[in-house]
Amino acid sequence: MSRRIWDIPGGIHPAENKQQSLQSGIIAANIPTELIIPIQQHIGAPGKPCVEVGDNVLKGQVIAGANGFVSVPTHAPTSGEVTAIESRPVQHPSQIDGLCIVIKTDGDDQWVNHSAINDYQSQERSYIIDAIRQAGIAGMGGAGFPSAIKLGIRPDTKIEQLLLNSAECEPYITADDSLIQERADEVIAGLKIMQWLVQPQETLIGIEDNKPNAIAALKQATADSNIEVVVVPTKYPSGGEKQLIYLLTGKEVASGGLPSDVGVICQNTGTAYAINRAIHYGEPLISRITTVTGDAITNKGNYEVLLGTPVSTLLSQADAKFDKTSRLIMGGPMMGFSIHNAAVPIVKVTNCLLAPTKKEIPEPDAEQACIRCGSCTQVCPAGLLPQQLYWFSKSNELEKAQHFNLADCIECGACSFVCPSNIPLVQYYRFSKGQIRKQEAETKKADQARERFEFRQARLEKEDREKEEKRKARAEAAAKKQAAKKAATAENTAASESGSTVSAGTESTGNTATTKLKSTWASATKRWKDAEKALKVAEKNGNDHIDALQKKVGQLKAKADNAKSLYDEAKLANAENADSSSSTSNLTTPITPEQPITPQQPATPPTNDPMQVLKQASADDFNTWKAAQQKVQEAEATPSDGVDIELLRKVEAEAKEKSVASKTAMKEARAKEKEAMQAKKAVEDPTKQLKLDAAITRTKAKKALKALESLGEDHASYGALKTAYEKAHTAAENAELALKAAEEA
Amino acid sequence: MSEDLSAIFSLVSMAILFGSLLGYAAIKFATEDDPVAEQIDALLPQTQCGQCGHPGCRPYAEAVANDEDEINKCIPGGEDTIHAMADLLGKEFIPLDADESDVIDTPVVAYIREDECIGCTKCIQACPMDAILGAAKQMHTVIVDECTGCDLCVEPCPVDCIDIIPEKQTQQTWVWTQPNGPGVSPGEMIPVRNIA
Repeated sequence: MSRRIWDIPGGIHPAENKQQSLQSGIIAANIPTELIIPIQQHIGAPGKPCVEVGDNVLKGQVIAGANGFVSVPTHAPTSGEVTAIESRPVQHPSQIDGLCIVIKTDGDDQWVNHSAINDYQSQERSYIIDAIRQAGIAGMGGAGFPSAIKLGIRPDTKIEQLLLNSAECEPYITADDSLIQERADEVIAGLKIMQWLVQPQETLIGIEDNKPNAIAALKQATADSNIEVVVVPTKYPSGGEKQLIYLLTGKEVASGGLPSDVGVICQNTGTAYAINRAIHYGEPLISRITTVTGDAITNKGNYEVLLGTPVSTLLSQADAKFDKTSRLIMGGPMMGFSIHNAAVPIVKVTNCLLAPTKKEIPEPDAEQACIRCGSCTQVCPAGLLPQQLYWFSKSNELEKAQHFNLADCIECGACSFVCPSNIPLVQYYRFSKGQIRKQEAETKKADQARERFEFRQARLEKEDREKEEKRKARAEAAAKKQAAKKAATAENTAASESGSTVSAGTESTGNTATTKLKSTWASATKRWKDAEKALKVAEKNGNDHIDALQKKVGQLKAKADNAKSLYDEAKLANAENADSSSSTSNLTTPITPEQPITPQQPATPPTNDPMQVLKQASADDFNTWKAAQQKVQEAEATPSDGVDIELLRKVEAEAKEKSVASKTAMKEARAKEKEAMQAKKAVEDPTKQLKLDAAITRTKAKKALKALESLGEDHASYGALKTAYEKAHTAAENAELALKAAEEA
Repeated sequence: MSEDLSAIFSLVSMAILFGSLLGYAAIKFATEDDPVAEQIDALLPQTQCGQCGHPGCRPYAEAVANDEDEINKCIPGGEDTIHAMADLLGKEFIPLDADESDVIDTPVVAYIREDECIGCTKCIQACPMDAILGAAKQMHTVIVDECTGCDLCVEPCPVDCIDIIPEKQTQQTWVWTQPNGPGVSPGEMIPVRNIA
């Protein structure tokens, strides 16, 4: 009973053009003088170069290690010297250079030590999978997904079918076909390794019916095994992974899912061959079969070519007519892309190199408007609506395109192939896919930026908070210190006064006004005492402004007396009002005209500088006057019974007089002091200058003497030095004499 | 009469029950942030450049959420962001509020000409992303992956050694261009149309 073949939707039948490259067997490509090996030949993270410029490498030696999980190592395809690790043109439609390791081949083709894994079935499966990974094997059908990851299924995943994709549905390409025809046994050996690795219920080989020789070879190679060769009708793109799975098993891989989700693993023919070489021979992936075809090629065929061989070298060997070719296509005519530089190397996924003539593949015609014929929908193998996707891509409506499952488009090109309007549909889809990818990257970056920004904000806030706390702590400490100082001063003042008049009892019982008055009196007394002290000092020193000081002392004494009388009065009043309510006692306070003096001055530390005392006194008097003035104004504005305006006015006038007097005294004193200072300076300066001169000349003379001593008498410059020394010596003596004279004067 | 009473009683008791339930839920499941501002913030490019007149993307999102500012102030976001915000808020699209010269299409990053850098750390303090690395009197450099190209570091530089340059395109960031549309040949990039 023959196996049921499901039929994929859509699909096309382009001219196959496969015979041209099947005229001869596999041709060994020449070893070029220079190999250019990109570190990125697979999907995933690029490898990490592990050789340096100038290193000699052997065939099969690792030159770039795997860098992450989705990554594979890269090996030297032949022996030679690493001449450069730099950016070179590589196989990428963007034409952006990629990092390559350049090897100058030595022609010896000398292998590195390598050994086959004998009897792989006795090994751990993970060991074999790692060996496949270390051999640098990535899907050779075109996508380049690391094969070891595909095979490294989780233990709980049950694989029902293992598929070998030999459909090779794209026109022109015959790489797998020729490989099977010549080396079917080796392909099957590779497949058997995979079979052992994933333990599928059945193993199938999918192959299109346009390859009768390959089918025969496979049937012969699998005759005594449980591997079944399933021939499918020729239709593009039956070789697509999801398409082949459906064709052979009827299973559909969900959108965004993996084949292993439905219990299927699908591997390419070339990959199976490479796995065989890796396990049974210990050879890493360093070469592949590439179809070189197109009408511009004389020797069309399949070449076994070292990875990293420049396209130009391969084309020369195939005797390409560069003048006839319109362009170079890497990959097949449906899914490949044009390359613009023949220096681009052959890589792991390069299954075909197409050099068509202008007649064979002409310049594309101009795009025309979509006529909504719906042909594209009929051929789409993924069951999408290409026309709708086209409109959305054209108008940049990415979200709608996503809703119409743009991500499931396999970019096979069937829609473009049938489009009567020449619309490059695949490019529209690729554009949209790129935009979506870009947007996702931007969103990711924005999220990252937001996180960083918020973290920074939090950090700055924290720093500010800490600073603020430190500042507060400092301020508190300072305030405490200040308070302690104040307390000490207050104690001192209190001690100095307690002997003279007031008992502590009244102080505690008296209301605030009286207390204030008391402190006013105390400070006035203190200032008077300070002034007196200053006067005494001045008298002792015979200072000029004794008169002014004397006057000041008198004034301060009067003020202190005044304050005392006021305080006594207030105390009396306080005692009288002791019974009355607190409001009345509050009312009485404004009577005392001297009261506003209180806030003006904390007790100044005693000073011996008469100038300072004068200044202080002047400022105090001025403040007193101003305060008194304000009081008068207040009293005038709000006349009240308890306030005697006349008294206030009188006090104000007195304060004004006092202030003016003290100001004049201070000004006079300042002028005199200035004069005195200048005179003193005039006397001091010349002596100082002379002293300095003397010291300098003395040092010079000493230096000259030292220099003289260090030289012998017969030295040439001895005479000159001696003269110099004598000169310096005389200068020093003169300076000293001058200084003495000045000091005596 | 008793039916009336029972109806009233049941309705009142239900009202009390659901009222307390809702009240409890309002306290228990209260969101601290404004969810609309959050959504708008998610649409913004997070360059924190301040070109909208707000000190960062989040404040602008909050201003838009509270109807205090228009949706067309985000220059780095461009028209795409305005469209997205218009969709989210159910507003009409309005063109970007910026001079043509201010709008940069390609992504940019800051670049410090390191031999000219005097190590003043001014740009480090200005960078909202902490994307500049360096210390006092040591040359500074930009961490390209973190730089959003907001150009806030350019102005404080006393020696003008910071350039805003287009981000270097790599194979990973490269994307296919949109075909030119009807009337123009699609070019040779993809051959598929030409085989018969």
